[in-house]
Amino acid sequence: MKLCVENMALMRAGEEVVRDISFELNAGEALVVTGENGSGKSTTLRGVAGLLPLASGEISLVDDTGKVFENPVREYCHYLGHKNGMKPSLSVRENLDFWQKFMGENLLSVEEALEEVDLSHTIDLPYYYLSAGQKRRVAIARLLVSDRPIWILDEPTSGLDAQSVTLFTSLAKAFVEDDGILIAATHLPLGLDKTKTLEIGS
Amino acid sequence: MLALLKREIRIAWRAGGGALTGVLFFLAVVTVFPFAVGPDTKLLSHLAPAILWIGALLASLLGLDRMFAQEREDGSLDMLVMQGHPLMLVFFMKAFAHWLMSGLPLVLATPLFGIMLNLSPLGIGATMITLLAGTPAISFIGAAGASVAVKLPRGGMLISVLVLPLVIPVLVFGIAAITGALTDPAPFTTPFLFLCAITLFTSVLGPLAASVMLRHSAD
Amino acid sequence: MTMTSETAIRSNASNLWGLANPTRFMGFANRAIPVLGIATMLLFAIGLYLSFTAPEDYQQGYTVLIMFIHVPAAWLAMMTYSVMSISALGSIVWRHPLADVSLRTAAPLGAVFTFLALATGSLWGKPMWGTWWEWDARMTSVLILFIIYLGIIALSKAFDEPSEAAQPLAIMTLVGVPLLPIIKFSVDWWNTLHQPASVSRFDRPAMGPEFLYPLLIMALAYMALFFTLHFMSMRNEVLARRIRAMKMKQARRK
Repeated sequence: MKLCVENMALMRAGEEVVRDISFELNAGEALVVTGENGSGKSTTLRGVAGLLPLASGEISLVDDTGKVFENPVREYCHYLGHKNGMKPSLSVRENLDFWQKFMGENLLSVEEALEEVDLSHTIDLPYYYLSAGQKRRVAIARLLVSDRPIWILDEPTSGLDAQSVTLFTSLAKAFVEDDGILIAATHLPLGLDKTKTLEIGS
Repeated sequence: MLALLKREIRIAWRAGGGALTGVLFFLAVVTVFPFAVGPDTKLLSHLAPAILWIGALLASLLGLDRMFAQEREDGSLDMLVMQGHPLMLVFFMKAFAHWLMSGLPLVLATPLFGIMLNLSPLGIGATMITLLAGTPAISFIGAAGASVAVKLPRGGMLISVLVLPLVIPVLVFGIAAITGALTDPAPFTTPFLFLCAITLFTSVLGPLAASVMLRHSAD
Repeated sequence: MTMTSETAIRSNASNLWGLANPTRFMGFANRAIPVLGIATMLLFAIGLYLSFTAPEDYQQGYTVLIMFIHVPAAWLAMMTYSVMSISALGSIVWRHPLADVSLRTAAPLGAVFTFLALATGSLWGKPMWGTWWEWDARMTSVLILFIIYLGIIALSKAFDEPSEAAQPLAIMTLVGVPLLPIIKFSVDWWNTLHQPASVSRFDRPAMGPEFLYPLLIMALAYMALFFTLHFMSMRNEVLARRIRAMKMKQARRK
């Protein structure tokens, strides 16, 4: 499986924020997107996730035989943005359960996913009770409940303490080693073997 | 999709007493009218269908502004639009859930308020059935309005301004059907079927407008 | 709100709950509830017996019996609001968490008594006035009291963090206080259908003793019922908050 982004350009408020973004990622490869604040990292990630209309260019996903997947690429992606996408009044279990049912392609059960991010003890607590770092970890657990070949992560470790960062990097590593495609905007080294970088701006 | 419906209902139920607030607002509107027009029982029973419809209309507008704005603020909207589900269906469900938690309780509360306004049993029945057929249209048109104003921090007022003129036909046919049921020469069925048609039409149009609007505007 | 201030508020709240007062209240409630419960049952037994054996009224016939349910409910509707107003003062002036608990748990009880007064009044009105509902001063003002009760309930449920609801609730309750005298004197100030008070006239009650005694005993029974339920409800709320604090603590574990 291969993700191809060709000459992607994205507009924001009538202005071209990023242009000529091209890269190819094979299964088992990671891309770290770097750049200054305001250089368009988030915009780039949102563009790949199909959350922004492309001003020009093309994003496609091809399988090993070279056949292009017909459905839009976004349907194969997990996107973790700055916000966690959870409802404060629902419990952690209800939140993850909903996303699992809504996204389909079940992978881990909610219990197992929470075990992975070390939050099993909060499963029946309202999401509202959790600290910022715990909330972020619940959002990371969402990546584990549904199977998606591509993870697009925007500052995934924001708000996490050192211990949780280690937890996250090992999850990301396991995902990539299991032939996943990972695109992340982050300052932290992910400790992966096959990592490409994409410098935006400048 | 049923998971989405279940989630919406759970959220509405937990935050702020859910359906209670809408019914309470409805009750407050109904209570205000006798102060404005005077406690004349005959006059009130004559005005009752109009009072109930206006009360239900205003109460249905509550919470419309949160329908998509909240999803956008907490980041859920991104994930809602990324999946393979037809977006129209997703937003149809959101609007339907809004009706279940705001419109339906109003319909169920109507008999009680009808009695307070001295409305005849036939009048209460007619009001209930027209509200049942008509209030979903408010939620569906509301979905279109809410999607347009999703980025505005104070969209609530604007949504009401946008949606109210569009739901006037609903009000017209609803009241016409009640009049038809209560007075002899006027027909009930014709306006009632128009009302149903409007609701069915908006159940497609509202979610469609919202899906066009929100496909790329979560940012 | 930033993370640190959020935590600060939460730890503050749990400090308040560490105080001895709610614990003392729990001990008191555990002893008081059975006594009050038995008193309630006895009073209702006597009150209902006297009510049903009361003679028929020469004007109202058998329907006068509903008054034994209706009038105490209306009194309690107002008494509950008074209890809530006093709690609101305690909540605002001393910031006492137990006052907030008292206010919050009294509201549903008050709403039920008010609804009972409205519903029984409506049942009585149909045969006597020929209509279920009349927008006269007394009924309308009690209806507004009912709406205020429901509004306070909705407000109390609107906050994720119960301790944040304390002040808004207290202020809303106090804003509604002027309604009480309006309800009380509505029958005197406006000339309306609802009959004026017939018990509390100072010279002598306009009501015969065969009606007065069952009515007063029923009123006592209602009051005992209110305090039983209120203490039970307060005990529940204190326990619920302790559970909440423990859950918060559990979430903080890692």
